[in-house]
Amino acid sequence: MRYKKFLLAILKKIWAALTDLIPIIIVVVFFQSVVIREPFPQIGEVIFGIFIVIIGLMLFIEGLEMALFPIGEVLAYSLVKKGSLSWLLIFSFALGFSTTIAEPALIAIAKEASVISSNAGLIENSNKVRDVYAMGLRLTVAFSVGLAIVIGVLRILKGWPLHYLIIGGYIMVMLMTIIAPVEIIGLAYDAGGVTTSTITVPLVTALGVGLASIIKGRSPLTDGFGLIAFASLLPMIFVMAYGLFWF
Amino acid sequence: MLDYLIDFSRILIYTIRDVLPIVLLILFFQLVVLKQAIANVKKMIIGGIYVVLGLSLFLMGLEKALFPVGQIMASQLSDPVFLGVTDVGLTNWSSYYWIYIFAALIGFATTIAEPSLIAVAMKAEEVSAGTIKPWGLRITVAIGVAFALALGTFRIVTGTPLFIYIMIGYIIVMVQTIFAPKMLIALAYDSGGVTTSTVTVPLVAALGLGLSNAVPGRNPAIDGFGLIAFASLFPIITVLGYAQFMSLKIKLLKTKSEKNAV
Repeated sequence: MRYKKFLLAILKKIWAALTDLIPIIIVVVFFQSVVIREPFPQIGEVIFGIFIVIIGLMLFIEGLEMALFPIGEVLAYSLVKKGSLSWLLIFSFALGFSTTIAEPALIAIAKEASVISSNAGLIENSNKVRDVYAMGLRLTVAFSVGLAIVIGVLRILKGWPLHYLIIGGYIMVMLMTIIAPVEIIGLAYDAGGVTTSTITVPLVTALGVGLASIIKGRSPLTDGFGLIAFASLLPMIFVMAYGLFWF
Repeated sequence: MLDYLIDFSRILIYTIRDVLPIVLLILFFQLVVLKQAIANVKKMIIGGIYVVLGLSLFLMGLEKALFPVGQIMASQLSDPVFLGVTDVGLTNWSSYYWIYIFAALIGFATTIAEPSLIAVAMKAEEVSAGTIKPWGLRITVAIGVAFALALGTFRIVTGTPLFIYIMIGYIIVMVQTIFAPKMLIALAYDSGGVTTSTVTVPLVAALGLGLSNAVPGRNPAIDGFGLIAFASLFPIITVLGYAQFMSLKIKLLKTKSEKNAV
């Protein structure tokens, strides 16, 4: 009985991980078999890779739900209740920073970006410089996400209207685009979307909604959201500054 | 086999380094600031091990599968033999229509199944008191992402500057913000970040980089990125647009029924 339940739970997890991948597999298989009709190179390795991705994603999400999410939510809640603004802001920064550093999509993109930049001769073509560049990129994005969460939390506390801040951010992005080197712009714009996936979104949303539900006169649904929007805006500005520094 | 093991242990060490800050942060706040014992220590440790192992496996699979697939698709779909064009045709943006279709389909398919979008859609229905239908929202966002990726690949092929597209997008968002129902603005802004999942990002990035490698005259460093930026901007526009459309529709229905009542 227990064995059956356990098996069912595992199947459910595999299914959850698959829902992310199935649409991609369907589209790629359709194109390969109907449109391109050519032998697919390295097919064995790709299938093995997809298998690993599914298992990895499953374990990762399971671990997050077991350990990180409950403790993150409890922490956010107790800190808000504690009522110390400075600790709350420090926690907000640290939460944004540490979750972004471990973000899988960002790790992948930073590595790819370092290879592209060194192939283009923008940075020195050595493993060490590439690693430094990729790590620097991730630190920059993580720092800006931390800062974004701090601003977002302050906004919820003070009740500043979201759209003024966002529009101000857009204008900053535009101004930075003028002075930033052209090679960094695409990457910087992409950094905005990359930061906000698996780990960051649930924890940050928990923080925002928790805050808004404790403070009087704030609605969790209108004030609680909006943290993610900052977290995708500030990295663009900071990565462009990072490009100014490197190139 | 040995190669895989060496690869895996290398990634594992990096992953532990990446996850360490979160662990330290939680320990510090729990033990030093809040001075509380951690509940369920055993569960936390097992969960932590899962996170590290899962992340390492995912990153390894990414290098073996998702990146290569994106790049192979890009190079196959832009191969002159497949396109049936000469060298002159290669510089014509309309030769690459299969790329646009592929990008649009990938965008649509991954977005419609995206778990975080489903969650956001359900919350939107709650906030809007049923005005916004989850399925309607999901389809609008998916169409938005499909269009975004098709336009993004078109931009890579033509080599037009990214910031022009993004700037026009921002202006549309700003104008929409003025007119959209206030309740939904934060949600719409957030939905931009939500659509680009951990699996989609590497694949789409590889597609863009592969395409910029294949099209003559394009530089991956300048033209290769930007697809994810498109995919995070367009959902904001479509969600705001959908919210406006639905509130307008309800307004029209109201005035109509009021007229009928009179």
